[in-house]
Amino acid sequence: MNPFDYVRAREVSGAISSGSRADAKFIAGGTNLVDLMKCGVERPAHLVDVNDLKLSGIERVSGGIRIGAMARMSDVARHPLVLQSAPAVSQALLASASPQLRNAASIGGNLMQRTRCAYFRELTFAPCNKRNPGSGCAAIDGENRMHAVLGGSDSCIATHPSDLAVAVAALDAVLTLHGPHGDRHVAAADFHLLPGTTPQTEHDLKHGELITSVFIPDAPHTKRSAYLKIRDRSAYEFALASAAVGLEISGGTIHSARIALGGVATKPWRAKFAEAALVGKQPSKEVFRDAAEAEMKSAIPHGQNAYKIELAKRTLVRALSDLAGGAA
Amino acid sequence: MIPNIGKPLDRVDGRQKVTGGARYATENKLDRVTYAALVDSTIPAGTIKSIDVAAAKKAPGVLAVISHLNAPKLNPPPPPKPGGGGEQSSSLTESKYLPFSDGTIHYLGQRIAVVVADTLEHAMHGAELVRVTYDAAPARTDIEKYRGEAKDRSQQQPSAFTKGDADAALAGAAVKIDQIYRTPHEHHNPMEAHGLIAAWDGDHLTLHDSSQNIFAVQRTFATLFGIPKENVHVLSPFVGGAFGSKGGVWPHVVITAMAARVVGRPVKLTVTRKQLFFANGHRPQTEQRVALGAGSDGKLVSIIHEGFGQGNEVCSFVEGFTAPTRVIYASPNMRGFHHVVDLNLPSGTYMRGPGDSTGMFALDSAMDEMAYALKIDPLQFRLINHADQDPMSGKPWSSKSLKECYARASERFGWSRRTPEPRSMRDGRNLIGWGMASANRPAHRAPCSARALMRADGTVTVSCGSHEMGMGTATVMSQLAAETLGIPAERVRFEYGDTKLPTAPISAGSLTAASVGSAVFGAASELKRKLGELAGTDPASLDPNNYTAILRQHYLDHIDAQFDAKPPMEDPYSSHAFGAHFVEVAIDEDIPVVRVRRIVSAFAAGKILNEKTARSQCYGGIVWGIGQALLEQTHLDTKLGAFTNVNFAEYLVPVNPDIQSIDVILVEENDPHINPIGVKGIGEVSIVGVVPAIANAVFHATGKRVRDLPITVEKLL
Repeated sequence: MNPFDYVRAREVSGAISSGSRADAKFIAGGTNLVDLMKCGVERPAHLVDVNDLKLSGIERVSGGIRIGAMARMSDVARHPLVLQSAPAVSQALLASASPQLRNAASIGGNLMQRTRCAYFRELTFAPCNKRNPGSGCAAIDGENRMHAVLGGSDSCIATHPSDLAVAVAALDAVLTLHGPHGDRHVAAADFHLLPGTTPQTEHDLKHGELITSVFIPDAPHTKRSAYLKIRDRSAYEFALASAAVGLEISGGTIHSARIALGGVATKPWRAKFAEAALVGKQPSKEVFRDAAEAEMKSAIPHGQNAYKIELAKRTLVRALSDLAGGAA
Repeated sequence: MIPNIGKPLDRVDGRQKVTGGARYATENKLDRVTYAALVDSTIPAGTIKSIDVAAAKKAPGVLAVISHLNAPKLNPPPPPKPGGGGEQSSSLTESKYLPFSDGTIHYLGQRIAVVVADTLEHAMHGAELVRVTYDAAPARTDIEKYRGEAKDRSQQQPSAFTKGDADAALAGAAVKIDQIYRTPHEHHNPMEAHGLIAAWDGDHLTLHDSSQNIFAVQRTFATLFGIPKENVHVLSPFVGGAFGSKGGVWPHVVITAMAARVVGRPVKLTVTRKQLFFANGHRPQTEQRVALGAGSDGKLVSIIHEGFGQGNEVCSFVEGFTAPTRVIYASPNMRGFHHVVDLNLPSGTYMRGPGDSTGMFALDSAMDEMAYALKIDPLQFRLINHADQDPMSGKPWSSKSLKECYARASERFGWSRRTPEPRSMRDGRNLIGWGMASANRPAHRAPCSARALMRADGTVTVSCGSHEMGMGTATVMSQLAAETLGIPAERVRFEYGDTKLPTAPISAGSLTAASVGSAVFGAASELKRKLGELAGTDPASLDPNNYTAILRQHYLDHIDAQFDAKPPMEDPYSSHAFGAHFVEVAIDEDIPVVRVRRIVSAFAAGKILNEKTARSQCYGGIVWGIGQALLEQTHLDTKLGAFTNVNFAEYLVPVNPDIQSIDVILVEENDPHINPIGVKGIGEVSIVGVVPAIANAVFHATGKRVRDLPITVEKLL
């Protein structure tokens, strides 16, 4: 319980100036931030509520669809534009959390959610470089069944938890970030950062900046896209492994492929090696398996999470096979 | 004569519960109430060097900070009576260590201080400001390292049992199975968190607690605070789930009463969801060896079941996993024990089907392995080894309908269509597996008293200080009294959850229906006898429509009767509920996450008091069994001595789509010996055996035998 104050922003400009104060945090659905405040991991002095901002539109724009950052997960998941143009995004959202959480949580907030690593969430007895830089990582040789095999470092192997972030990273989405100096645009695949030696820095959003929208460009591999999530129980659980995949196939040949992996990496993992291994090939289980092998070559197991390397491969092969359908 | 009971009456408190009208312990409004927040140990072993409370005490709203440095001294309870029988003076779960009695740390998460404040937020804030330093000691947290120190420590009876020469028989057996099975730590975490409000008035203590055992709470506090038992009033009219975790007095209850004494105002404490993972009990990790020897005719010649579970120095709980092995199959030679390894980990406790569920996983997995080794159908193998009398005591069963459970459930499941070879059944991408297992659970009964009071308007109040934790006690007891008296159930109200009412036993071990039911039946029958006496007729020939007239004729505004029901001292029979589970799993061959498609289970548990609440109990047990087989495990970081997945996002229990078809058959059973109402209790037998039935189905589907729970994807990749 840390005292904080609270303002409800009416305009984006007001939100930015309130949110630029030291120790200020934006709050939208609050499904992650409030939880982390209860754990004591997040201790903002000021909460700036952005729920009233007019940022919840979902619309067709030139070259793609634009989703306002304040749109709720449930609204985006069921929106006809999203279902038609980017089915992987809808599927990723519907595989996330629970209906109640999806009704509350925003798209921008979803991309900003933080890891479920137990050591990150535990203040009193666990070291964590992300929460307390330099204190060490208890996960690397600890309870790491859920941890990342891709993109880890000696400092951190915490898994990025979002499903949506994986889908938008795969589909070349672009985020609009609004700050004191106006808008800038960042590719979704580049937005989240590898932990390296600074696991506390998780993304390319400057203090005081706000995600205002997500643009998903039209493409054949976006229209033909899917999201497959594997988990222990059938719903309401973070991924053990997931794959967002998009394919453009014509004349029996893969012309373009978009792939990102979730549940196995420290950030939404755009799988460039796998994509490269597919282009120009005829879809088949063997080709998909080779692509998965190519991507997972750099994976590093840490004991309990070693199974994720094989599981990720099989998840990707399954997602691609299902998407290719009769073509595989 | 056993009354005509069993109608599927709706729950009498259902509407209250779903509309929020049911008031749980910490929802009671007390004047001048204050709020408490616990401070927990952050190391698993050592001593507290210092506690700096300066900042906490200065924080807004804080009224007191209490720890071993300034806690009121309590009377240590006398040690539990040997044998465990009779009325124990204390039901402290951590019977060997009173909270705040010194600075010793026994496990991480131990309650070491409490902050009391005028609001919950102030209390929580204050608790965060308490600074504790420790002299850490080397912690014993890894059970593998200390397995050599496993020892016997059973409260109730020696854990070891032996008959014939099991080792020699095993050595000479034609076919042998000898394997190790492991179960993880698991937590109950009921929806209603543990919590209470404690209020003192002079030397009188009132506790609004969430408890399965209010009279034990009463006795415990009378002992601890040196006051007469009558001065302690415990109320627990609604319990939002307990499953064994609320059977004893955990440290936070003592601490809250202590805090209320210190601040001179009522104190409310709700244990947080995370804190519930540390000092409110769990099903401790076990390692079990099961060795079976059989002749080529399929008859068992030897059963050995031995191993250990986690314990600690402050509590005496033992996960008694050999319990089902003494009962379920016939063998001329058997032996076993369940020992404990004391570690610096939180205290274990009873959790639905304690011992039985974990033990049956090992035993009935081994039985399946043996059936394969013998090339005998698993069901047939169990029939060959059916125990016609209690295998250890040699006593006859008071009743047993296990064969009928096997027959009815296997028939409805379609077991005869099973092809025995592993990986021989498929549905598209899925490997299909069919598995089965047996279930049993002792039918216990404890002394219980009840009162029945009829008013001149014909309404009846039946009173007994028992508990309603969701199993339907209030409903079935109203029903039982009504049917005994021959009046509509709407005219009967069942009062419970209050130590001012007649004494009831703990609601645990599936003994409530039999124990409370016998008392309620006795009180209602006694009431009827008195009415007959007034009317000058045989009670059996009384017309219920004349009850009010009888009272009026004698100028009585009410008539009441009390009955003290006691089980016989010596029981010539062995009494158990039995059951059988048949399970179908579907497992994607590439991505082998196990999904349970259907379960058909049959149970024989004596007379069923209410078919609807009984079925609900069975559904609950089976769902839990699915979770225990596939999902539940509390991860332990042995370096830190800490459980890590301490929330409902990471501690997995089944969600709706995990549960597909569950078909429960209640086999009718008339048991003339067990108790006046012929009831055995069904709360726990339903979970026992679900886990091995699933594990056996997984083997049938995949050809992989998973011997450590839960059966997660990495074990099948």
